[in-house]
Amino acid sequence: MTERPLPLVLRPLDAIGRGAIAVVEALGRFGMFLAEALGTLLTPPFKFWAFIDRINYIGYRSLLIILLTGGFTGMVLGLQVYFTLVRFGSEAYLGPAVALSLIRELGPVLAALMVTGRAGSALTAEIGIMRITEQIDALTVMALNPVRYLVAPSILAGLVTFPLMTAIFDTVGIFGGYLVGVELLGLSQGTYFGEMQTFVDLNDIMMGFWKSLSFGVLVTWVCTYKGFHVGHGAEGVAKATTDAVVLSSVLILVWDYFMGTVLP
Amino acid sequence: MIKIERLVKSFGSQQVLRGLDLEVATGSITVIIGRSGGGKSVLLRHLIGLLRPDGGRVLVNGADVTRLGGRALDEVRRRYGVVFQGGALFDSMTCAANVAFPLRENLRLPAAEVATRVEASLAQVGLEGMGSKYPAEVSGGMRKRVAIARALVTEPEIVFFDEPTTGLDPILVNTIHHLVLNLHRKLRFTAVMVSHEIPEIFEIADAVAMLHDGRIVEVGPPGVIQASPNRVVRQFIRGEPEGAEGA
Repeated sequence: MTERPLPLVLRPLDAIGRGAIAVVEALGRFGMFLAEALGTLLTPPFKFWAFIDRINYIGYRSLLIILLTGGFTGMVLGLQVYFTLVRFGSEAYLGPAVALSLIRELGPVLAALMVTGRAGSALTAEIGIMRITEQIDALTVMALNPVRYLVAPSILAGLVTFPLMTAIFDTVGIFGGYLVGVELLGLSQGTYFGEMQTFVDLNDIMMGFWKSLSFGVLVTWVCTYKGFHVGHGAEGVAKATTDAVVLSSVLILVWDYFMGTVLP
Repeated sequence: MIKIERLVKSFGSQQVLRGLDLEVATGSITVIIGRSGGGKSVLLRHLIGLLRPDGGRVLVNGADVTRLGGRALDEVRRRYGVVFQGGALFDSMTCAANVAFPLRENLRLPAAEVATRVEASLAQVGLEGMGSKYPAEVSGGMRKRVAIARALVTEPEIVFFDEPTTGLDPILVNTIHHLVLNLHRKLRFTAVMVSHEIPEIFEIADAVAMLHDGRIVEVGPPGVIQASPNRVVRQFIRGEPEGAEGA
């Protein structure tokens, strides 16, 4: 039976309604995907070696880029903040300014963006290629849940590695700031680290920790979802990879703002 | 026995299966033939539970796999072996690890037994000593044989072959077909094969079903299909250039 065509005046409303339903459906699928992955983390069999492999894939292999970006971010911060503080005669506060910027904000966000660029894109491409070459179907017809094998270990590894990557980024960044502030611009070592101890407290560290933890879930969730629901062929994988990196990056910044408004 | 009843499937406005009926006898090799893009692989994906139909049902030993989900569907799938068109081997694993995978993950056999069965399985498909190679390091024909070894290592009751000889030269096509035939004689599984390798499949099939326009237009033993008066079947098996459109 064919549907009766809608009156012309109602067609825009129909299009808006269909669009809204499609968005809600997509969000529902996205949410159910995470729920299924978390469900498999809570029920045996646990894929311990797949989890270790993902730690290596997401964490260890991102170490070099984290060290480089962390170090140079701290150095740039040291340089710029020093010349700003000098105008007010407050250069003694360089240590806390660098540390607070890194620990509360830049460390979690930049580390997450870097890991997204390096590991998130690779994760999407890897799962996407497995999808188009029917490797995921092969798992399914072996009565093995591909989410348990491919998605859950990645999300768990994201939870573990993102805070660690952030901690390394922060530490290297603080030493980058030290190199510029103390070794290059002549601030005393005691002032740099002493003022840091005075102004940085546990709340600041916990804020960075919660942010990095949530970014760990967010990035691996988005990247595995995009890989799992890839289109056709090489073009589909390329599009999914781009979408995963763009969506993850945008969500990191949006979620960072919300976390910043909620956390003390 | 596999019984397909009035199977209907559309993708958007394109109706691929239009009330398809087919019966596959236990222990037989049934080959589904038909033009490329005609819905053979779509039909196969319904049989293995990767697609849900818009209508109709697929009964496997009495259980409707189109209605099953979760553990019940997994129970049915554990009796399946599937050889995908491209092999679908896990490229991060060696050929031996690929064959061992269903044994390790599904049957939870001890490592020593897994190793013995993997070796025997690779030997069965003529790949002794090749287990340590990765899928990317072996030829297309070898990859297909590894895929067959992986599908058969758990000794399934039903094995599905999705165009297992696509992209292979005529000698390899015959090698794979005879490998399937020999393994079938030895292991007595029910085989459903999607193929358009004419006339080679007539040598191995117990039954051939011609899929055209979303329906099975003729089914029977190879001799009956080869002598079929049906114009669509005749055109297809003779490979006449005007094809099936004129039917």
